[in-house]
Amino acid sequence: MAAAGARWNHVWVGTETGILKGVNLQRKQAANFTAAGQPRREEAVSALCWGAGGETQILVGCADRTVRYFSTEEGRFQGQKHCPGGEGTFRGLAQVDGTLITCVESGIVRVWRDNDKEASSDPLLELSVGPGVCRMRQDPAHPHLIATGGKENALKVWDLQGSEEPVFRAKNVRNDWLDLRVPIWDQDIQFLPESQKLVTCTGYHQVRVYDPASPQRRPVLEATYGEYPLTAMTLTPGANSVIVGNTHGQLAEIDLRQGRLLGCLKGLAGSVRGLQCHPSKPLLASCGLDRVLRVHRIRNPRGLEHKVYLKSQLNCLLLSGRDNWEDEPQEPQEPKKAPLEDTETDELWASLEAAAKRKLPDLERTQGALQTRRRKKQRPGSTSP
Amino acid sequence: MSSVRLRKEIKRRGKDPIGHIPEIILNNFTTRLGHSVGCMFAFLFPHNLQFIRREVATFHNQRDCIFFRLHRYIFKSEKKGGIQELGPRFTIKLRSLQKGTFDSKYGDYEWVHKLWEMDISRRKLHI
Repeated sequence: MAAAGARWNHVWVGTETGILKGVNLQRKQAANFTAAGQPRREEAVSALCWGAGGETQILVGCADRTVRYFSTEEGRFQGQKHCPGGEGTFRGLAQVDGTLITCVESGIVRVWRDNDKEASSDPLLELSVGPGVCRMRQDPAHPHLIATGGKENALKVWDLQGSEEPVFRAKNVRNDWLDLRVPIWDQDIQFLPESQKLVTCTGYHQVRVYDPASPQRRPVLEATYGEYPLTAMTLTPGANSVIVGNTHGQLAEIDLRQGRLLGCLKGLAGSVRGLQCHPSKPLLASCGLDRVLRVHRIRNPRGLEHKVYLKSQLNCLLLSGRDNWEDEPQEPQEPKKAPLEDTETDELWASLEAAAKRKLPDLERTQGALQTRRRKKQRPGSTSP
Repeated sequence: MSSVRLRKEIKRRGKDPIGHIPEIILNNFTTRLGHSVGCMFAFLFPHNLQFIRREVATFHNQRDCIFFRLHRYIFKSEKKGGIQELGPRFTIKLRSLQKGTFDSKYGDYEWVHKLWEMDISRRKLHI
């Protein structure tokens, strides 16, 4: 049942125990998917991304350096690929033209041939980005462009089809008012659509916009929020603002045109690990260390829509970008029966309303077994005076 | 921490608690967060099932406040037992739970107490 309905899940969440959870917000159900039986900490999911062919496949990057392929159509894991090289967990996963791009914490970016039948093969391309990488993100408009950044590792944009040197290398801001070097800690990167700009959020609670098209390599805009490291970021539909989350569970929407705070979202109690906005609807999915997946509405009105308790600590999430969020009917028999019953009972109850209260129990008993279900529902409505 | 009573302030107290390992009682840690916190309190003390000395430490959770008491018990008869309060007593409230070691500036928080979000309703309890 869970496997059959997997394609209708709205949010996919990866946890610290290695389980991939699929959550259906319409039916309010969450299902666990594991590659092999027991959940293990060695398989903690550190990166998730959509595979080739729309949203039918998910690539799950685990802490033991394997990338597992999960099919949402069939609802099970299909294969895995071991991606050695470098140290640390995956910090970014992407797919382009039948190749898989992986980036690990020690800064090794590798491009692999994407045939999952083979256990492991040599990488097609290898880049060394610099140690301490926190995020590698692929440009959705130009899939061969990737951006990397991390702790004491400045933002760099690489062209996988071009040379070994980065296309854009960001420069650190000027020394602060004490003439001290400002440390760098890029935690999350996003590409702004319809331009070459990039936005990063840092562990020193700054949000910066870089423009490779402009002559300056320093950030074009800088805004700060809060006192705690910002851990996740996402663009809102409309792309004039970003929503950032920090280690205290505070979510804030920051306008990129002026660099000011537009508003905050309440609810999270733990460090924010994953954030994603729907491309067209004003919905934001957030997950964190407090083990709860929340879906907020960011506009008219701003508030919490859904909250789902998932028992493990959540590391990353993928929000389905499809437009219709209702399920397709699974069994055609049920919808036919339900309206018939409803019309019958509605007519009967309409005729009963005119009768006096004392006579109601007698009438109910004579109706028959079909009405017993209705009668049980009516009891809390206190037919007794 | 609030309502601290040190050993010398407790009336009619027993003799000093010899440094033997007390038994632990954890009361009313029902939610998932409460269970984690309760386990952490239990692991503060070494795990020893010998029950040499009759000392017991109680952590009682009521409405998100945790009350700590230290007692010594004796069995007066088969059915009746008596307790004598020994050690300090205090009340503590959970402020935050961090993942990893203590790092208030850059650490990841698993749970943070937010005054204006969590304490609005008297009925919603977290631990």
